[in-house]
Amino acid sequence: MALLRRLAAALPLLASLALVGCASDDGTIQSQKLSAIKARGSLICGVDGKSPGFSFVGPDGSYSGLDVDVCKAVAAALFGDPTKVDFRDLNSSERFAALASGEVDLLSRNTTYTLSRDAAGGNGLSFAPTVFYDGQGVMVPNASGIKTLKDLAGKPICVETGTTTELNLADRMRELNTAYTPLKFQTGDQTYAAYLQGRCVAVTSDRSQLAAKRTSFPDPAAHTVLPDVLSKEPLSPATVNADPAWADAVRWTVYALMQAEEIGITQANVDAKVAEAKASTNLADLRRFLGVEGDFGQQLGLPANFVVQVVKAVGNYGEIFERNVGTGSPLKIERGLNRQWKQGGLIYSPPFR
Amino acid sequence: MATAGLPWWRNRRLIPWLVQAGVGLAVLVLVAFLVTNLVRNLTAAGLLLSWSWLDNPAGFDIAETWLPFDAGLPYWRGLLAGLVNTLRVVVLGLVGSTLLGTLAGTASFSGNALLRSLARVYVEVIRNVPLLLQLVFWYFVVFLQLPNGSAAIQIPGLVLAKSGLYLGQPELVNGVWQASMRVSVEFGALLTGLVVYTGAFIAEVVRGGVAAVPAGQWEAARSLGFSPLQTLRSIVLPQALRAIVPGLNSQYISLAKNSSLAVACGYTDLYSVAETTLNQTGRAVEVVLILLGSYLVIDLTISALMNGLNQLVQLKER
Repeated sequence: MALLRRLAAALPLLASLALVGCASDDGTIQSQKLSAIKARGSLICGVDGKSPGFSFVGPDGSYSGLDVDVCKAVAAALFGDPTKVDFRDLNSSERFAALASGEVDLLSRNTTYTLSRDAAGGNGLSFAPTVFYDGQGVMVPNASGIKTLKDLAGKPICVETGTTTELNLADRMRELNTAYTPLKFQTGDQTYAAYLQGRCVAVTSDRSQLAAKRTSFPDPAAHTVLPDVLSKEPLSPATVNADPAWADAVRWTVYALMQAEEIGITQANVDAKVAEAKASTNLADLRRFLGVEGDFGQQLGLPANFVVQVVKAVGNYGEIFERNVGTGSPLKIERGLNRQWKQGGLIYSPPFR
Repeated sequence: MATAGLPWWRNRRLIPWLVQAGVGLAVLVLVAFLVTNLVRNLTAAGLLLSWSWLDNPAGFDIAETWLPFDAGLPYWRGLLAGLVNTLRVVVLGLVGSTLLGTLAGTASFSGNALLRSLARVYVEVIRNVPLLLQLVFWYFVVFLQLPNGSAAIQIPGLVLAKSGLYLGQPELVNGVWQASMRVSVEFGALLTGLVVYTGAFIAEVVRGGVAAVPAGQWEAARSLGFSPLQTLRSIVLPQALRAIVPGLNSQYISLAKNSSLAVACGYTDLYSVAETTLNQTGRAVEVVLILLGSYLVIDLTISALMNGLNQLVQLKER
């Protein structure tokens, strides 16, 4: 029996030893995730899939949106090819389990960066830099005559379950000492369907989400987002805590998008910039950033010119923003907090050095 | 012993015992392996079971509760309120589906061809459409289409409006219905969906039970001057119960488990609260254990009650 017990205790250990990631042959970095993705040849990215401007499946089955472009940027950094992504649609309650179980490599699904989601004792995620600074808002039909949160006293409000939105709503209403009825749904589709059917007098979500969903309403102009901002919602891509090397690769890919905008590298001029950098050894910053010299890519487990691959594939942060959610898109969202720090916004990449 | 001269491997008393011991040992080893593996992996992931979070304030609200609940109360109170919400729909669902199922099941023996085919169509249509779709249908297509205010459907003692279902003596005050008892349309849709769905299965169980009673019983009753309804009530159904109760048991258990689809129509049941809790706390294993335990206890209770009923209706051999 003692032998059996020892055997029983040893089996999982043996299994784990067999499964633990091996150091890569060239001795650069050790990351189970990175090597698994490279071996697979494609990135698996968890997105919403039903949120115009952020991640949306077009009529031809192709994905587009800001969240989608982050996935494509990471794929471009890894493989030099933005099409090497498999998208998985996840609802707000599935997303963390899907990430924790390894079903997706990267979660790029308008997820708010919070303490409990980041902490090892909470959801245990590792957040990449915020790609969209948002705030929670409330949308009401114009006809309802509701102007402020106070007007919602005693009224039913539709909300998607498993979101920070659900908690912020409870917090703000408690502060205002206002009773209300939260109607919770598992998917965004159900939430907005119940709202449009008139079951709730208001629907609450991130303001960008409300703007996005409104574009698919039968009559978008009949709905207004109230001026009240209920919370801070920094939306960030996330990976699991357990693999810091993979998290770093994602983090610096996102920073590369921001840095490229800051120094004026665009999808259109990136090749010219590379030529410029190669021609002049004086442009040390640019040469390092574009991988003409130095080993930044190698340090991250990515190709040396990963920044060039990323910008070529999806453009810089500003281009991504404008294309998907900016004033030129149906969502018509102003840059606001999402301007570069030099323009008074919060988009700020640490130095590439 | 008579087997004294035999080698042990031909000992007919020892061999079965050895086989049983071997199987038992294998099961124990498997369980030990699974538990050590779980504990090891949870420790590695920093997720060793802990229950202290149950006392933290929940921070979310629940729309409709029998137990008073607000965002300042701890998680365990929220889960308890969710459990009570589940029990409420399960208990009413059991009563409703039994009534509907018995009606539809006996109607399939009716002499009236219209009634008979109605019962068949009901059973065939409902049994063959997934429950989730039916719940979405009841909620979005039926209950959310109810008008509000004075246009609401008014039956004496009952008002059906989009803002809720009102029982008692509903009256319209400033365009809003008020009554001594109100349930939400979410609850109404879930209960209707569960009752209609489970009722179709119970109808089949009842039909099977009634068909199991020998035709001679009907004929004997008829020759004694019983009307068809009297025959059914006093002679056939009591005998059919023996065949019905075991089948009913599994339908009841299904209903209790199916109630966890509540979130599809916006009703906050135990599953819905647990899901929110899981998202807020990240305590996936603990929350799932609570869920498993709760549904297990509900279903075992239903089973125990039904087994008691089953013993009552069985033939007593004297």
